Amino acid sequence: MARTTGNRRPRSFYWLTALFALFMLFLYGPTLTIGILSFQGPNGGLTFPMNGVSLYWFHNLFTEQQVGDFGGSFTRSLLLGVGVMLCTTVFSLLAGFAYRRRFAGSNTLFYLTLASLIIPSILISLGIGLMFDRLGWAPHWYSSAFGAHLTWTLPFGLLIMFAVFNRFNPSFEAAARDLGASHWQTVRLIVLPLIAPSLLGVALFGLTLSYDEFARTLMVSGSFNTLPLELFGMTTNVTTPVLYALGTLTTVFSFAVITLIVVLMSVSRQRQQHH
Amino acid sequence: MNRGLLSVSHLQALPLSLTLLMFLVFPIAVIIIVSFWDYDSYQLIPGFILDNYQYLLTSSVTWQAYLNTFKYAISTWLITLVLGFSIAYYLAFHIRTTRMQTLLFMLCTIPFFTSNIIRMISWIPLLGRNGMVNSFLLSTGLIEQPLEFLLYSDFSIILAYVHLYTLFMVTPIFNTMMRIDRRLIEAARDAGAAPWQILLMVIVPLCKSGILIGSIFVLTMVMGDFVTVSIMGGGLHASVGLIIKNEISLLQYPAAAASAVVLLITVLIMLMVMFRLVDIRKEL
Repeated sequence: MARTTGNRRPRSFYWLTALFALFMLFLYGPTLTIGILSFQGPNGGLTFPMNGVSLYWFHNLFTEQQVGDFGGSFTRSLLLGVGVMLCTTVFSLLAGFAYRRRFAGSNTLFYLTLASLIIPSILISLGIGLMFDRLGWAPHWYSSAFGAHLTWTLPFGLLIMFAVFNRFNPSFEAAARDLGASHWQTVRLIVLPLIAPSLLGVALFGLTLSYDEFARTLMVSGSFNTLPLELFGMTTNVTTPVLYALGTLTTVFSFAVITLIVVLMSVSRQRQQHH
Repeated sequence: MNRGLLSVSHLQALPLSLTLLMFLVFPIAVIIIVSFWDYDSYQLIPGFILDNYQYLLTSSVTWQAYLNTFKYAISTWLITLVLGFSIAYYLAFHIRTTRMQTLLFMLCTIPFFTSNIIRMISWIPLLGRNGMVNSFLLSTGLIEQPLEFLLYSDFSIILAYVHLYTLFMVTPIFNTMMRIDRRLIEAARDAGAAPWQILLMVIVPLCKSGILIGSIFVLTMVMGDFVTVSIMGGGLHASVGLIIKNEISLLQYPAAAASAVVLLITVLIMLMVMFRLVDIRKEL
């Protein structure tokens, strides 16, 4: 047990610290490994040793045909991610407001949202694919895949909004109303600024989960691949470090997005404290 | 408070409801309908036949795949539970400052926001025949032949699941641990409980809901997975999800639909059992 009094740590602390360190190595080690291997020399292979150090495979990514449509798939995934992010944030916010009151059907909608989260992804893929097929609609990354991604991101958004409003202190709103603020003014000047950091969190889920989504996209992206589909295709037929180069770039991009949003979140928290 | 048929709440919930109706409810309905249809090499033939189910349930391939998938699900569940609980326990009870807790918890969650496919590919240079693990073991003389079971095996599949899904255990368990009143632990200690007694008789029961939410996530994700099995299994290992994916590739949509319905029913039964034990909405 951890004792809160005194500074002596129990033995379990050291065991668990070692476990945690190993867990971090387990989580990040493989990613770092392909990060290093993507700088292989032109004759290098998929494993160590490093056969020289170069940017050859990154360069290769932007020039040769073998990689497929890297630029196009990246652009599509990014546009899709931003669209899904915006929809997820707005839809979850609105639904979060809805759930501050009881309404007929609220339980059904809640369980439907949970179902959307835990239903096997392949059912979403197959179902939307079949539905579009039967309706005679052509699937596209910006229509069918867009909807498929929302089934994955909206549940996270709604659960975050639940957590936010469960902890939200309604006396701020009551005070604003007592001071004569209209309903809309209360929302815009009091509620939204207070929950802004959490909304950024919802946006982070929307963007990154869509950007990396594969299983729900498989059957519904139409004739053009998103980046994860392109990557999956590469796992079976690319046997050079160019695969690692693409993986490294994608991961760096994800890290950049995460960092950006986390910085924005802490900025908006600090602004709250100043007010 | 408006409890009528239509209220502001309904308008606010409309975008969410419509999205789920259009991309969750309708598609599942289509799957259920098509699972009773006939098909040939060229087209789907609307009708009401039970052949797809009959074939599915009498095929030994199906049963083998379910057996395999349950094996993956239970192994992954056990490992992620023990590992996830230990990590959450460490963060909640051994880390003393909130700042440090937040930082370490973020370190655990960041990989969730990166690509699963790349995280799986990342194991190849470590586990392959000429990978780092084999090179290391060969150089120390512990083994004379490279170990073949490291990659494209049940081992690598479960390893990848643990790699991808432990976070889903850590988060809810950590969340419930943070809400345990620390005075309960003081009281248990004052009453003479040994550390392991406090762990098993106070902390574990109070974490029940977090453990269940994590278990729901891990079990349902492994049950429906086909991506990890196909990348980490190298096409040699079967799972329920992979069978559906293969049927889709062969354009056998009614067969795929029937498999999907049976998978859905299996997952629902597992969920019903688990939801009996916890009211998820109270725990948020």
